[in-house]
Amino acid sequence: MRLLAEGLSAKRGEDLIFRDVSFGIDAGEALIVKGANGSGKSTLLRVLAGLLPAVSGTARLLAAAHPVERLGEACHYLGHRNAMKRELTVEENLVFWKAFYGDLHGGAGIGVDAAAAAVGLGGILHLPFGYLSAGQQRRMAMARLLVAWRPVWILDEPTAALDVAAEAMFAGLVTNHLAQGGIAIAATHQPLGLEGARELWMTGFAGAEQGVW
Amino acid sequence: MIPLLLRDIRLSVRAGGGALIGVLFFMTVVAVIPFGVGPDLNLLSRIGPAILWIGALLAALLGLDRLFQAEREDGSLDLLLMQETPLVLTVLVKCLAHWIATGLPLVIAAPLLGLFMNMDEVAIGATTLTLLAGTPAITFIGAAGAAIAVALPRGGLLVSILVLPLAIPVLIFGVSAVHAAIEDPAPFLPPFLILVAINLFFAVIGPVAAAAALRLSSD
Amino acid sequence: MSEPSLAIRKFSDLANPTRFLALVALLWPWMAGLTLCLFAFGLYLSFATLGDYQQGETVRIMYIHVPAAWLSMMCYSVMAVSALGTLVWRHPLADVSAKAAAPLGACFTLIALITGSLWGKPMWGTWWVWDARLTSVFVLFLMYLGLIALNRAMADDPTRAAKVGAVLILVGFVNIPIIKFSVEWWNTLHQPASVVRLDGPTIDPEFLRPLMVMAVAFTLFFFTLHVLAMRNEILRRRISVLRRHAARAVGREGSDA
Repeated sequence: MRLLAEGLSAKRGEDLIFRDVSFGIDAGEALIVKGANGSGKSTLLRVLAGLLPAVSGTARLLAAAHPVERLGEACHYLGHRNAMKRELTVEENLVFWKAFYGDLHGGAGIGVDAAAAAVGLGGILHLPFGYLSAGQQRRMAMARLLVAWRPVWILDEPTAALDVAAEAMFAGLVTNHLAQGGIAIAATHQPLGLEGARELWMTGFAGAEQGVW
Repeated sequence: MIPLLLRDIRLSVRAGGGALIGVLFFMTVVAVIPFGVGPDLNLLSRIGPAILWIGALLAALLGLDRLFQAEREDGSLDLLLMQETPLVLTVLVKCLAHWIATGLPLVIAAPLLGLFMNMDEVAIGATTLTLLAGTPAITFIGAAGAAIAVALPRGGLLVSILVLPLAIPVLIFGVSAVHAAIEDPAPFLPPFLILVAINLFFAVIGPVAAAAALRLSSD
Repeated sequence: MSEPSLAIRKFSDLANPTRFLALVALLWPWMAGLTLCLFAFGLYLSFATLGDYQQGETVRIMYIHVPAAWLSMMCYSVMAVSALGTLVWRHPLADVSAKAAAPLGACFTLIALITGSLWGKPMWGTWWVWDARLTSVFVLFLMYLGLIALNRAMADDPTRAAKVGAVLILVGFVNIPIIKFSVEWWNTLHQPASVVRLDGPTIDPEFLRPLMVMAVAFTLFFFTLHVLAMRNEILRRRISVLRRHAARAVGREGSDA
């Protein structure tokens, strides 16, 4: 399995954020997207997830166990927001996402209990999600990545609200995912503690010369 | 798709959900009318079906703006957009859940409010039946408006303005079917069947339009 | 940084409710028992007395209807006093009392409306007339439902919900005479005295006796339910506090590991 991005360009509003970004990642590899604020890290990740249309270029998953039409279908996306409902209990949230996602070929998600234990929060599944602190909510959002199998993890500032111990825990989760033949792409300022991860530097691009108008 | 249906229904009956508010608004609107037109029972029974329909229409629009806005605020919308399941189907299921939680209670409350309006049994039955057939159409077409307004701050009022003109046919055929049921010479079935047809048509066009709008407004 | 102040406030808060819970545990079986006895006696009287020569057996609805209507108003007064307690004296039990009373008030108002409607059907030939009295009760019902909806909408933060709700209760309380007056004006404007008055100016002692017993029974019933509802609300809040504590405790363990 190989994730191949060729000549990606993307816009936010009328501004061209980046141009001609290309890279390839093989199974078991991680890519850390780095760069200053506003250099287009989040935009790149949203383009990969299929949430923003690319102005040019393509991103595809080659030789996957389960061929997908759009790359986004094979991805877990952990954005700035946790995508969990405050009014529902943690268990209801995770059970819903597990059922709604379903597993792709080539792997299987773990149970809701096991996922909560894996992020160090077993035993509070019965509580409403809104009762949890910001860090706990973030960790439960990470548990969402575990309950259903997706080969590609797209992580946008995954450890922003976490303490050092939780960061180490998350690095363990990602390493484990890579060991299972997954791919991880993370945009972050903090060192994630992943060994042998490749880096992509976003320089930012002002698209004035492009002259669309 | 069943998990999504159950989750949405659960969310709307949980504390802070909108299921109760819609019915309450419906009751209040209908109850206020007699203060405006006077407590003349004959007059009330004549305009009763129309009042119930207008009240239900407004109440059905009330919670619509939260249909996708809530999903967008906590980031769930991104994940719903990414899935393999067709977005149209996701939207359709969300509409159904929304209707079960907010539209169905209106239908159930309608007979009670019919008594307040001094309507007879036939009129109450016909109004309830037409509301049952018509309110899903409001939700379906409203979903398109909600999807268009999802990216706007304070989209709530705008959704009502966008959707009300589109819902006029539903109101026309709903009320005329009830009148046909009360007044003998006019047949009940033609306007009622047109209402059902509008419902089915909106069940297709609403989710398709909403899915397109959601894809385009993602940023 | 808010931890210590929160803890101190919590403990001083707990003192009063704890004593209240002990008192309730002691009192409520007696209250319930007395209510039961009064109801048995009142219902016996209600059915032992003669029917009205005009209204026949339907007059017995009055023994439920009038006490329920009386309670619908008394309950709002209880809530208004509680609201004052919340806003002026900041008594921790006051907001619990107001919150617990709202569904009870709504229920008794609904009973009054339903029995009134059942009574009205043989009298007026229709389930509902926009009589000034009935209409006022219906408006009261809507106000109760609004308060319940407010409490539900802010279930995350019951203390803040209580304060906002208290303001609404008092605004409503001040408005009740105006609503009542304007509804009567509106009603006489449209249909001068065409509606049969339910209560004659005089009421026969034959009816008065069961009515009074039933009114006392209903009042006691209300207070029993109210006290129990307050107990439940206090327990519910404690559970909520415990759950939040549990959530925080797990986080601490997690970061230690």
